[in-house]
Amino acid sequence: MKAKHQRLTLAVLAIVAVVGAALLAMSALKDQAAYFYTPTDAVRDGVQPGRAVRLGGMVADRSIVREPDGVTVRFVVTDGAQTVPVRYTGIVPDLFKENSGVVAEGAFVPGGGFVATNILAKHDERYMPPQVVGEMHKSESIAPAKPGGRT
Amino acid sequence: MHAFANPTKFLAIARPVTPWALWGGVLLSLVGLACGLWLTPADYLQKDSVRILYVHVPAAWLGMAGWTGIAAASLMQLVWRHPLAAVAGRALAVPGAVFAALCLATGSIWGRPTWGTWWEWDGRLTSMLILFFLYLGYIALAQANADRGAGGQRVVAIFGIVGAVNIPVIRYSVVWWNTLHQGQSIGLTRTTIDASILWPLPIVVLGFTMLFTAVVLMRMRTMLADGKVEARLRRMARA
Repeated sequence: MKAKHQRLTLAVLAIVAVVGAALLAMSALKDQAAYFYTPTDAVRDGVQPGRAVRLGGMVADRSIVREPDGVTVRFVVTDGAQTVPVRYTGIVPDLFKENSGVVAEGAFVPGGGFVATNILAKHDERYMPPQVVGEMHKSESIAPAKPGGRT
Repeated sequence: MHAFANPTKFLAIARPVTPWALWGGVLLSLVGLACGLWLTPADYLQKDSVRILYVHVPAAWLGMAGWTGIAAASLMQLVWRHPLAAVAGRALAVPGAVFAALCLATGSIWGRPTWGTWWEWDGRLTSMLILFFLYLGYIALAQANADRGAGGQRVVAIFGIVGAVNIPVIRYSVVWWNTLHQGQSIGLTRTTIDASILWPLPIVVLGFTMLFTAVVLMRMRTMLADGKVEARLRRMARA
C-alpha cells in the first residue's frame, strides 16, 4: 500500500511539473506562435516595411476595389481599431468578401500600405443554412471583429 | 476498478460488448453520415463543403480522446501496476492515429476550397499534426519495448503521460493564439452551428465512438490472446 501511494504522489508531482512547464512554454510562445498580425498588433510592434508577415482581420465594408487590369484588388483590412489598405494581384479565394475574415501574406510598404503575395479567406465558427442567414439579417451574422478579440 | 484489471473478468465483459459496439457503431455512422450528406442544408458560405464536418469533427474528437485514454491507462499502469493498463494503452494507439490522420486529411480537403490553401502552419493545424506524430512515436516505442518486460513498458507509459500535454494545447490553440482555423463552434453553453446543420453530428460522433471502442476491445483481446499463447509456448518449452 505504501509503495502505491508513493508512486501516485510521484506521478502527480511529475504531471504537475510537466503541465506547468508546457503552460509556461506556451505563454512564452504567445506572440511568436500567432499566425498573423492584426492591424493593431502591427502598429504596436512596429513591423518593419519589407519584412514578410501575415496580416489578418476583417475586410472592411465596401472597401474592395478591382483595378481595370482585372486581377488586382485593393481592399482595407480592419480589426475595429486600426485599418490597413492592402493591394493584391492574383486570384482570391471564393470566401474572400467584405465583412468577412481574411489573412494576407506579404509585406508592409514604406508608404504605410500592405502588398500581399497571397490571400487566404478565414472562416468563422458560425455555420448556418442560407434561409437562416436571410431571416437573421446579415449585420448580426457577420459583425465586425471586436478590437483585440478573435477575428 | 481492480475487478476490470483482471484479464479474465475483462474478457467476460469485452466479449459480449464487442459485437454490439461494432455493429451499433456501423449502423449509427452510416445513418448519421447519410443524414449529413442528404438531409441537411448546405452552409450559406461554404456550400456543400460544410458536409465534411460530419467526418472531421468525430475524427478530431477520437484522435484527442484516444490520447486521453492512453494517458489515463499509462497513469494506472505506473501507479497501480494494472496488468491490463499497458495492453489498453497499446490498443488505443493505432485507432487513435488513424482518426488523427483522418482529421488532418479531411481538414486539408476542406481548407483548400474554404481558405484557399491545403496546409498552413497555424497553431491548431500544427498541434494536431504533432498529435499524429506523437501517436507514431508511441506505436514505435511500444513495439520496440514489447519484449523488454515491466521496465520497457514503463518507458512507454511515461511517453503516454508526457504526450498528453499536447491535448490542452490543441484544445486551446484557437484561444491562445490567432489562427487560421476558426474558433470553437460547439461549446457547453453556446453552439454556433445552426440546429438544421448540427443534428446529424451527435449521431456520427456516437457511431464513430462505438466503432472506435469495438476496435480497441478487439485489439486488447488479440493482445491478451497473444500473451496467453506465448506463455503457454514458454511453459511447453520448459517441460
